[in-house]
Formats: sequence, C-alpha cells, structure tokens
Amino acid sequence: MTYLLRRLAVFPLVLIGVSIVVFVAIRMVPGDAITAMLGTEAGLLTPAQREALSVYFGIDQPWFVQYGRWLAGLLHGNLGISSTYGKPVLEIILERFPLTLELALLSMLIALVVGVPAGVFAATHNEKFSGLGVRVAAMIGQSTPNFVLALLIIYTLSAGFGVLPAMGEFSPLWQDPLRNLGQLILPAITLGFAFAASVTRISRSAMLDVLSDDYVRTARSKGVSARGVIWRHALPNALIPVVTLSGIEFGYLLGGAVIVEQIYALPGLGRLVLDAILQRDYALVQGAVLFIAFNFMIVNLLVDLAYVALDPRIRLGEQ
Amino acid sequence: MIPLLSVSGLSVGFGRTPQASEVVRGVSFELADGETLAIVGESGSGKSVTALSINRLVDFGGGRITGGSIKLRRADGSILDLTAASEPQLTKIRGAEIGMIFQEPMTSLNPVLTIGTQIEESFRLHRGLTGRQATAAAKDALDRVRIPDAARRLKYTPNQLSGGMLQRVMIATALACNPRLLIADEPTTALDVTVQAQIMALLAELKRETGMSMIFITHDIGLVAGIADKIMVMQNGQAVEQGELNQILDQPHHPYTRHLLQDVPHFASGRATRPDGRRDRAPDAEPALKVNDLVVRFPVKSGFFGRATGAVHAVDGVDFDLMPGETLAIVGESGSGKSTTARAVLGLVRSTRGSFSASVRKAAAGQSALPIQMVFQNPYASLNPRLAIESILAEPIIATGGRVDAATRAKMATLLKRVGLPENSLERYPHEFSGGQRQRLCIARALMLNPSVVVLDEAVSALDVSVQAKVLELLVDLQREFGLAYLFISHDMAVVERIAHRIAVIHAGQIVEIGDAKSVLSAPKHAYTKKLIAAVPTIDRRREHFELDTRQVPSLVRPLGFEPGPARWEQFGVDHRMRVEA
Repeated sequence: MTYLLRRLAVFPLVLIGVSIVVFVAIRMVPGDAITAMLGTEAGLLTPAQREALSVYFGIDQPWFVQYGRWLAGLLHGNLGISSTYGKPVLEIILERFPLTLELALLSMLIALVVGVPAGVFAATHNEKFSGLGVRVAAMIGQSTPNFVLALLIIYTLSAGFGVLPAMGEFSPLWQDPLRNLGQLILPAITLGFAFAASVTRISRSAMLDVLSDDYVRTARSKGVSARGVIWRHALPNALIPVVTLSGIEFGYLLGGAVIVEQIYALPGLGRLVLDAILQRDYALVQGAVLFIAFNFMIVNLLVDLAYVALDPRIRLGEQ
Repeated sequence: MIPLLSVSGLSVGFGRTPQASEVVRGVSFELADGETLAIVGESGSGKSVTALSINRLVDFGGGRITGGSIKLRRADGSILDLTAASEPQLTKIRGAEIGMIFQEPMTSLNPVLTIGTQIEESFRLHRGLTGRQATAAAKDALDRVRIPDAARRLKYTPNQLSGGMLQRVMIATALACNPRLLIADEPTTALDVTVQAQIMALLAELKRETGMSMIFITHDIGLVAGIADKIMVMQNGQAVEQGELNQILDQPHHPYTRHLLQDVPHFASGRATRPDGRRDRAPDAEPALKVNDLVVRFPVKSGFFGRATGAVHAVDGVDFDLMPGETLAIVGESGSGKSTTARAVLGLVRSTRGSFSASVRKAAAGQSALPIQMVFQNPYASLNPRLAIESILAEPIIATGGRVDAATRAKMATLLKRVGLPENSLERYPHEFSGGQRQRLCIARALMLNPSVVVLDEAVSALDVSVQAKVLELLVDLQREFGLAYLFISHDMAVVERIAHRIAVIHAGQIVEIGDAKSVLSAPKHAYTKKLIAAVPTIDRRREHFELDTRQVPSLVRPLGFEPGPARWEQFGVDHRMRVEA
C-alpha cells in the first residue's frame, strides 16, 4: 500500500518532465501554428495581422510563460483547445482512445494466446524438428515489417477470396460490436503477429531455463505427469519475462500504431498525434503525449503488480 | 525373500553416444525392506547418477541407461525392471513407491506455489484426494516432520521458511504417500551442522516409524555412521567397495575407502588440533590484527519515507586479536555474523562502530603491502572467467598502484610453483582448472601483496573432501613459511580442527566462547558451543540419535538504539573464556 502511494506520488513529477520536453521540442521544429493552419494564405497576412493572431493563440510569449499558462490550465483539468479541430484536446483524445485501447487489447490477446503455447511447445520440443519450425516461424514473424504484413493480408483477402475488410466509417464497440470486430480483427492480427513472435521467443527461452530448475526435478520425482510439470510447475515460473515484454509492447500500442492505422484507415491515437505534429497543433500534441505517458506509467505499475501476483518472492518497495 | 530393490550391472552414459561416455559402469547392489544403504563418493563418482537412474529421473538430464537392470518389487509383489519401464508406468511409481529428496531445499521447492499445494499434489496424484481431504492430509504430513503450527505454515511459500524447515517440507512431500523406498541425495549438505543433525534425526525416526528402505547419498562418510546399515563406496563411476557399516568403517579393504577414512578431515573432538604455534611461547609479540568492539548494523526501513525503525545487529561488539603465524577460526551457523565480521575487517561492509589495527609487515622492495587479503568460498565464482591467470594475479598489484614488471612476474611464477600449479598456468584461463586448483589460484592471488593477515571465508567448503585435505595442508605450509596470520571463517568443525590454533564461536553476532582450539573442542563450556559440537557427525558415534528441536533461529532485528549489555566473561585455564549470559 505504501509502495503504491509512493509510486503514484512520482507520477506528477514524470508527467511534468515529459511535458517540458515535449513543450520545448515541438517549438524547436521549424514552422508555426499560423503557417500550418493557413497554408500558403499565411503569406498574405500583414505582419500586424500575424502579430494579432500570435497574441490570440498566446504563442508570442516566451516558451516558459506559455508553459506556465498551460500548466495552470492543466491543474483545472483543461488541456487546451486544439487549433485544428477547434475542440477541447481532452475531448478529441477521449474520442480516439477507445479504438486504440481496443486494438491494443486485441493484439495482446492474440499475442498471448498464440505466443505462450507456441513458446512452450518450442521449449519442450527443443531438439526436435517441430521445435525448430516454431523458432523459424517466430523469427520470420519478428522480422516482417507490419505494413508488409498488412498489405499481404489485404491483398490475399481481396484478390484471393474476394473478401474485403470492413472499411468506411468506424463504428465503436458499443454501437455495433460485430461490425466493430470486423473492422478491428485484421489490424489486430497484423499488430499481434510480430507481438506473438516476440512472446514465443521469450516464453521459449524462459521455459528452457525453468525446465532445468531443481523444483521441476522435484515435481517429476513426485510422479507429476509431463503435462503437469509444464503447465503447473514450470509455466508460472516462466511468465515474469513474458509479462515484462507484454507490458512494454502494450504500452507502445497504447500510443497508437501509425502505419497500421493508416493502412486500415482507422481513426486511432497514432494518426491523431501524427496529424497534430504536422499541423503544429501544439495543444493537441502536448495533451496527447501527456496522455500516452500517463498510460505508459499505469501499464508499468500494472506490470509490477502482476509480478507480485506471479511470484511471492517479489516484494515491492524493497531494495 | 526377494529384495525390495536389486540393481545389477548398471551402466549410465550421457550425450549423443552414451556408450562412449559412461559415468556409471557396472554398479550392482541389493536393498532389503527397511534397510539403509549409504552411497559414498566425491563429486563425479557417479553416486547421484546411480540414484537418479533408479527412478529414471536421469532421463531428463540427458542420461541413458546403457546396460544392466534395476528390479523393484512393487507393492503388489510383482517385479518390474525399471530400466525398461514406460514413462506412464514410472509416473505411477515416482512419489508413490519411490520418494526422493534433494540437496538444495531452497531451490527444490517451487517458489510460486504454497508448500500446502505442493504437498497436496502428491495426495492428489497417488491417493486421489481432493479439497479439504487433501489439505488435511498435507497438514498431517507436516505434523509428521515435526513442523510446529502446521496448519498455518501450509499457506506459506518457500521463501518464507528457512533451509532446515524447507528440507522438512521436502521430506514431508517425499514421504506423503508412504513410499517403500526413499532416495536422499545429499539432503543435508546445504544445511548448518545443527540443522543437519536435526534432519538426520528426523530421517532415522521416520525410518523407524514407517519401516521404509533408504538410499542415502553423501560425500561425508562420517555422516552415514549414524544412519546406514550398508555402505557402498564409489569412485570414477564404479563401486569400489561395499559391505556392512562396521566392516567398511573398521576394516576397509580398498585403498580409496582407506583414504576417505584416514586422509580426509574428520572431527576428532580436539584430538587432531595442531601442535605448533601456541601463543604462550611468544607472549609479547605485536598482534597482526587487533579488532576492538566491532559492531555492524543494517537499518530496517519501513513506511512512506523509509525511516529506519530498527536495525539488524549482524555483528554486535566483537573483539579479538590475531598473532602473526596464528590461525583464529570463527565458527558459527549461517546468519551468526561470521562472514560479516570478516567483511567488516576488510572494509567490504561499513562497520557501525569499532576499530581494527593491522600491523604492516615489511614488504618486498617496490611493492605496496596491503596487510589484509581474502580468499572466498566459491572458487568458481571468484575468478573472472575472461582474464588469464597472469592478469588475475597482477590485479592486486595494479589495484594498489604498482606496476607489472619483471619482479612481479618472478613473484607470480614463484607463488604458482609454491601453491602447486604447473608453470605454464600464467597464459591459461580459470575454466581450464579444477575447483581445487582454482582455490590454489585464489590463494596465490591473496599472497601477491605479501599480506600479514589472510581472511579465509569458508575457503575449503566448496571443495571435495580429499581436495579439502590437500588445500588445508598447503595453507598450513604457507602459514609456516610466510608467518601468515589466518582468520578462518568456517562452519565445518572437522576442517577447523585441522587448521585452527584458536577458535572463536560466534552466535547472534556475538562471540560466546573463545580460546585455545584443543581446549574449546575437547571441553566446550558455552551451551551453544556444546550444541554445535554435539551436532558434528563422527565415525565414532554410530547409530546415535539426536533430540529433535523445532525452534527457529532467533531474529537479530532489534529496536532502534538498542544496545546489548556489557559482556561478562568467565575464564577457564590460560586461554579459554566464555561469555556469561546476563
């Protein structure tokens, strides 16, 4: 409990650090919001008009003044107004986030359901041909770029079977679950494929380690069957690295998957951030990055809590 | 009567061509109901592989039985050759008819499952018990191995119990379904002597209660005197001698058995102490090391801001002095503070209080002389595998600001020769040496700086018994030659007896008894020393049983600012005193 409080106490500090870096970094990129918004028409502005717009958006001030204002807004739960959408940043992010979260969860589900058994299989058939086959497949899965995989999937389905993934307007899960799943399943497979390959490799090596541990020998000496040894005694001990890997991957996926979202035309967080950067939509970039960082910290915390649940030897907060 | 187990001509090999790399060759023995066979041998003798072949666990380690038969008389009276048994048959026999316990209780239990779950598993597998019945059976099993408060302990995970307790849990698990044969593979090697005595007593008692047979594997021939009916001595994969307990111990025939009985250190209650170097011969010499009121405490932190709420009193007011050419052995159980004392003397842990002074002996020209050097327990882990021996030996010189020149090289060569290693060792790497040779390297490294004091922290504990004897001999020779003072940390009384001039017994961070080795070992005064010495297995004590003691080790955590009262000492003879409890 104390540990949890101490961890949560660090959250604001990290977020402030992240926001300062983003704040400064995006302002170092050449170009400004006014040029990005008006395009070539920005050249038609008189210096006075430009000045007036700068004052209107508050970007005439030095960055730390802007930061101070932004931070003050943040404390009131106000992340600012997006200059491209003309809506509150938080609202836009929360609109996009369910899709990203769902996609990330689906991908992780696929990765774990496929990857863990495949890894266990590869470990228990280590010196056999079938085990080698799994390892080769995992290697291929890890080294295939996901846009190649996405295009392959779309091409096979449309050219080979004449089936196209459900395109068009995205429908959220609670409105039309079937259509939603139809839209997300292919992107989830695309993202889950490489993820599953990593999970396979890491669960294989963890299982190989664990299978030579003393307590596995003890279990066998008690007459536990081969299956019991693998699933009841070895696997729970091999899960720690799998959880670590899954946490990191999941954290990344929560930040959006730009390429896959682009290919499948999904309105996720990844594309939102990309567009915001291209548009110099400062408030939106800051808000989105802050949101992603926050998610990452939550995921990390959950991973640490999962360690404790998996392994009673791990006590949080001890050095 | 057909014996319970009859092994004949057993051969076991490893690798792709098991016939070509056999580690057990033609081993035969028989075991009757209720009988205990001890298999004695050093590492690599094939004793563990023989045992693992009986329940065919050897298969999982890459071993193959290449010849011979293992016939087990099963509960229903049928005879089964285990070398030809199928895996499903074997899973029915393992745990139900053949139980096994292992050397390392700390790693042999599944760390993520509660001990209750692990004991219950045996009942589920072989007795078909479930739910509350299985839990009740597991509680009975813990009661049987005399674990106090069994019902609550079922919910513990292995990390919450001490090594001795875990070994009891292992025994409870192995004996859950009343197997008729128990294989015990060095079950006490990783434990303290007093705990070892407890486990041995427990095994003897359970054997009496259940009438099971036992195969007891050990490297310590002294240990089996208390429990075995028959002994089989193994060397290089072969059984070189076997017979009744008394016959083997009293009239050994094979030279290797005689070697194990005579050349290897056995505890002799103070009769085998060193005759040289009595301190009364040079009464006014300057001590090589003087330690005064040494205190080491580690803070215990808790709460949101990590404030110290107490302290572990690892070392609590230790004083002693050490004369040149003298060995002071510090003995005690694990957690008593003996290693922390050594580390504090070397500055490897910060002492909370106390002082030490070490006199610097005149060093050879051009070399700085650090007065204290150390040799660690595990020779496999204490040499950097990526450095050649030359670099390893040069390290202390470089670390103290010296240069590696012709004189240094000459010194390396002399020392290597002196510790009995071949001259071409300098270009070689640690993995090319055996455990005993590596420990010689560590000794050579410690001597590179001409120290006046060498701290030997369990320096021979990881070595095989006959290698142990040779390294001890070397240490004694080097001590005489260079006038070294040794601070010898050990839990092994037999080893201590061979090398110590004086002994300090340490318990809960305090010296409870200190004095002349012969006097301490032959006439111990403090209750703790008595207990420690009584627990040491010897060949002289046959079939002697210990009282079972289920107390846990006392906690060393004290409230903040706690100070122990001043020590009061009672003197016995010239050099022997005991701490009197307040």
